[in-house]
Amino acid sequence: MRYLCLIYDNEKAWEKMPKEEADAVFGEYFTFTEGIKASGQHLGGEALQPTQAATTVRVRNGKVATTDGPFAETKEQLGGYYLIDARDLNDAIQVAAKIPSARYGSVEVRPIMEFTSM
Amino acid sequence: MTGPEGSDTARERIEQVYRSDSRRVLATLIRLLGDFDLAEEAMQDSFVAAIDRWPVDGVPANPRTWLVSTGRFKAIDRLRRRATFDATLAPVLRRVDRSIEQPEFDDDKLEDDRLRLIFTCCHPALGRDAQIALTLREVCGLTTEEIAHAFLTPAPTLAQRIVRAKAKIRDANIPYQVPTLADLPERLDSVLHVIYLVFNEGYSASSGSTVVRHDLSTEAITLGRLLVDLLPEPEAEGLLALMLLHDARRAARMPADGELVLLDDQDRTLWNRPQIDEGRELVEDSLRSRRVGPYALQAAIAAVHANALTASETDWPQIAGLYDVLMRVEATPVVELNRAVAIAMRDGPAAGLAQIDAILARGELHEYHLAHSARADLLRRLGRTHEAVVAYERAIALNTQEPERRFLARRLSELRTA
Repeated sequence: MRYLCLIYDNEKAWEKMPKEEADAVFGEYFTFTEGIKASGQHLGGEALQPTQAATTVRVRNGKVATTDGPFAETKEQLGGYYLIDARDLNDAIQVAAKIPSARYGSVEVRPIMEFTSM
Repeated sequence: MTGPEGSDTARERIEQVYRSDSRRVLATLIRLLGDFDLAEEAMQDSFVAAIDRWPVDGVPANPRTWLVSTGRFKAIDRLRRRATFDATLAPVLRRVDRSIEQPEFDDDKLEDDRLRLIFTCCHPALGRDAQIALTLREVCGLTTEEIAHAFLTPAPTLAQRIVRAKAKIRDANIPYQVPTLADLPERLDSVLHVIYLVFNEGYSASSGSTVVRHDLSTEAITLGRLLVDLLPEPEAEGLLALMLLHDARRAARMPADGELVLLDDQDRTLWNRPQIDEGRELVEDSLRSRRVGPYALQAAIAAVHANALTASETDWPQIAGLYDVLMRVEATPVVELNRAVAIAMRDGPAAGLAQIDAILARGELHEYHLAHSARADLLRRLGRTHEAVVAYERAIALNTQEPERRFLARRLSELRTA
């Protein structure tokens, strides 16, 4: 089964973080990514640009409405994602818990909608 | 099979098997069918079939196995009929068909299924309310209406909660498994927490006019026993002991007039001694394991109270000592408050009051009625009447339980007339 792990971080904390510290976390991310690539659970994943670059799209009554910014104002913002292959939710939670940001922010785990051909 | 029996005897036997085994049958059917709703229907179908067949064919040698295997075939029938109209059911049908080829299930496996069911219903990916509702529904077999009534929740809200929880289990693919050893502590915590919440809801309802909603406490104790049977972990024993020891005081705590009686003033001859003995043995077992957790420690404290034939014989130094240990395992403000009360009993009200004031000064427990009622009691004993009155008023304002409010109001009026 495929799961999307959405990584929520505090962007301001990232901006203020000293370079050595940020490099250390990037290093952790690199190690984590190599790890799940090696285990075959990595299906995809990207870091996202900060929320200033985000646009939220909604369609209401057939009309497209675009607004500046992420979907909600919260302390944490979507910062990246991994698309992973996991046996079940327990397995997915174990992988998500290893994402470095799980310790500072949150990771939302969303099962992927699988469309079966009729 | 035994020979054909009178239909009355067979019917009685079916009712008996329903009471003792329907949850086991359900737990196994969920594993075989991979779906809660399908398993529930199959379980009901299998009992309908039993009503049909057992009076004629006799009661099978192993009724449980008969019910599981009948339920499985009934589920396949249902799926085949539905698959004719709904192509998306084809994969489900294939999976269930494959399950037919699985080796026959033995009784050990069936007990594993009950544990799988408990852990799945209490999975941390479900909301706490959903865990409680699902556990009472699926593990204890309470009806949606019974659960709604016990939790003072509208039945449609509760039904919706259960439907959503089942959908989450299905859609997010929460596995029907007993957790691995690495996950066990966190997952067991979740199960114990659900059982304890059910117990507390029964023992001291969070709102409403009856302090003891007996049925929920009884269900929680039954769940606790089941868990200890299936997984004799020290904390499972500790929780069962804690519930038994508290529940043993029920008759003395809440006599017929509906007025709450505090531990100090209880008629201890009304305590249920056999239940206390059982609780004490479990605490001792749990403590011997050398893996002492918060439930076992709280049970040990309750056991020390139970040892005292009168309130004045209570071994407060030992209780205060147990709270010191509990603070090391689970340093919460509520534990600290209870420790302060024990210290007040050991070293005098001034010592306890200093501890409570220190907690409040940190900005904690301001909204917790028990902090204010404990403080009020200590101030009263110190003769600081005016401050005691203010603290009692605060405690009453924060308390939502009618009998407890009446108790505090009595104390308050005694102070005012003194």
